[in-house]
Amino acid sequence: MNDSIMHNKTIAEIIAGLEAGEFTSVEITQHYLKRIKQLDRKYNSYITVNETSALAQAEAADQRRAKGNAPAFCGVPIAHKDIFCTNGIRTSCGSKMLDNFVPPYDATVVENFANAGAVVLGKTNMDEFAMGSSNETSFYGPVKNPWNINTVPGGSSGGSAAAIAAHLAPGATATDTGGSIRQPAALCGITGLKPTYGRVSRWGMIAFASSLDQGGPMARTAEDCALMLNVMASFDPKDSTSIDREVPDYTTNLNQSLNGLKIGIPREYFEEGLNPGTEQAVKNALAELEKQGATLVSISLPHTKLAVPAYYVIAPAEASANLSRFDGVRYGHRCEDPKDLRDMYMRTRAEGFGEEVKRRILVGAYCLSAGYYDAYYRKAQQVRRLIKQDFVDAFEKVDVIMGPTSPSPAFEFGSKGDDPVAMYLEDIYTIATNLAGLPGMSAPCGFVDNKPVGLQIIGNYFDESRMLNVAHQFQLATDWHKRSPEGLELEEAK
Amino acid sequence: MTIERADIEKLAELARIEINEATIAETTQSIADVLALVDQLQAADTEGVEPMAHPTDAIQRLRADEVTEINHREEFQAIAPATEAGLYLVPKVID
Repeated sequence: MNDSIMHNKTIAEIIAGLEAGEFTSVEITQHYLKRIKQLDRKYNSYITVNETSALAQAEAADQRRAKGNAPAFCGVPIAHKDIFCTNGIRTSCGSKMLDNFVPPYDATVVENFANAGAVVLGKTNMDEFAMGSSNETSFYGPVKNPWNINTVPGGSSGGSAAAIAAHLAPGATATDTGGSIRQPAALCGITGLKPTYGRVSRWGMIAFASSLDQGGPMARTAEDCALMLNVMASFDPKDSTSIDREVPDYTTNLNQSLNGLKIGIPREYFEEGLNPGTEQAVKNALAELEKQGATLVSISLPHTKLAVPAYYVIAPAEASANLSRFDGVRYGHRCEDPKDLRDMYMRTRAEGFGEEVKRRILVGAYCLSAGYYDAYYRKAQQVRRLIKQDFVDAFEKVDVIMGPTSPSPAFEFGSKGDDPVAMYLEDIYTIATNLAGLPGMSAPCGFVDNKPVGLQIIGNYFDESRMLNVAHQFQLATDWHKRSPEGLELEEAK
Repeated sequence: MTIERADIEKLAELARIEINEATIAETTQSIADVLALVDQLQAADTEGVEPMAHPTDAIQRLRADEVTEINHREEFQAIAPATEAGLYLVPKVID
């Protein structure tokens, strides 16, 4: 096996290669660890590399396979976003608050991958507590976009996205509260899927906004996302919002024809603020799908403009409650020499949280405080229902909804840093699906100035199979997902 | 809706986050900007609309009253900032 091409393999190809005995899990794991060591200095996509136990897991996987009982991901190396608790591996959530936190248990998603035989390469970088769209809020420094290291990878799952784009992992777990899987997938030129709310267990996934948070896969292809979702999705009695519904095999429908598919095109997703190059790339993708027999249907999602305002009440309100657990008592950071309990809380939280996290906690506290609850939180929850109803009405007429994932390609570091509202508008096309609880995905569909553009595919509740089918058929006819940035070769290989 | 320094001080107290004197003006401004954004909600007609707390209007499941977790006290306390005799230590609350 020629080392230099092992990292170009998709997960499906890795599984086939391991099955055929072309290479072992130890070989491919060592190869990835070597790449991370050499190349990640440039991208900062990992917070913690799991060198020792990754190799032990790979050896165990090779032994299992030799005995003839290899589960679905036996020996496949992946990475976990540093928001998922990993037993014995530091889980920081991108925050100083949890810099020293080593969980004594695994998140359900982590356990599902362990049961499927996957090898954990490490924990990927992210915006602090998943609050950000550029990865600039991470305590461990920003992740660089492999397509252009002067630009952001998107966020909050920017580390997972960049690691995959730089071929430092073939796939990674991620989470999406307002666009945190889809937007970085778009900006880094990879494929990512946020499932229906409740499809993937949130147990052991550090909570940001509990009614919106949802874990999902990131990889280079839709087929790989389907393979990962087969492992990730499960009913989990430990998560009270997990949905007790059979998990289908997400690969079954990948090869169905798109003939007769009705694609809804929301007018509101093509209005002012959309980069013309992004718009063109998305339109070209839609034309390709028409060629395959799909029909485009113009639709309206009239409450689109209210999604960002509603989100910035609901998400901060839930965050202010969820993040009250970080108090310096049971785990994580505690300030030096507190003079009393109040002083301990005040300084622990002032020191442990970064600026964006503090801002959202304060906004949330405001929206929930006496006298303002009805005007903000209740109002936002009402608007949330209007937004959901827009989608319910649209799905009476169409099978999927499509548009851009983000209004423009990757932007430069610092360009939105001191204007939180400008940053929040980055998620204008993704936030509504979280509010509605719908599944959404992003697949590469072109470039603007050598920066990747993402096509967003929004599905009806629990219709992930169809979305993956659409993305897979698109990827069979195009090669955007096969493009890689420059500079990914190891020094010795040059 | 205007927000002032005193409001931020009150919120900081509610949220138990010490606010740095040097950055309070900046914090006040950025929170005012966010609140101006969310104030767009006020224009929405929500007369008679039921608030939506859950995307699929699911309700809490009940489960059998059975012990499913074993005791993890040692592991949990091993990662705490300060413990003694199985208890979590905090600064003295009562003199």
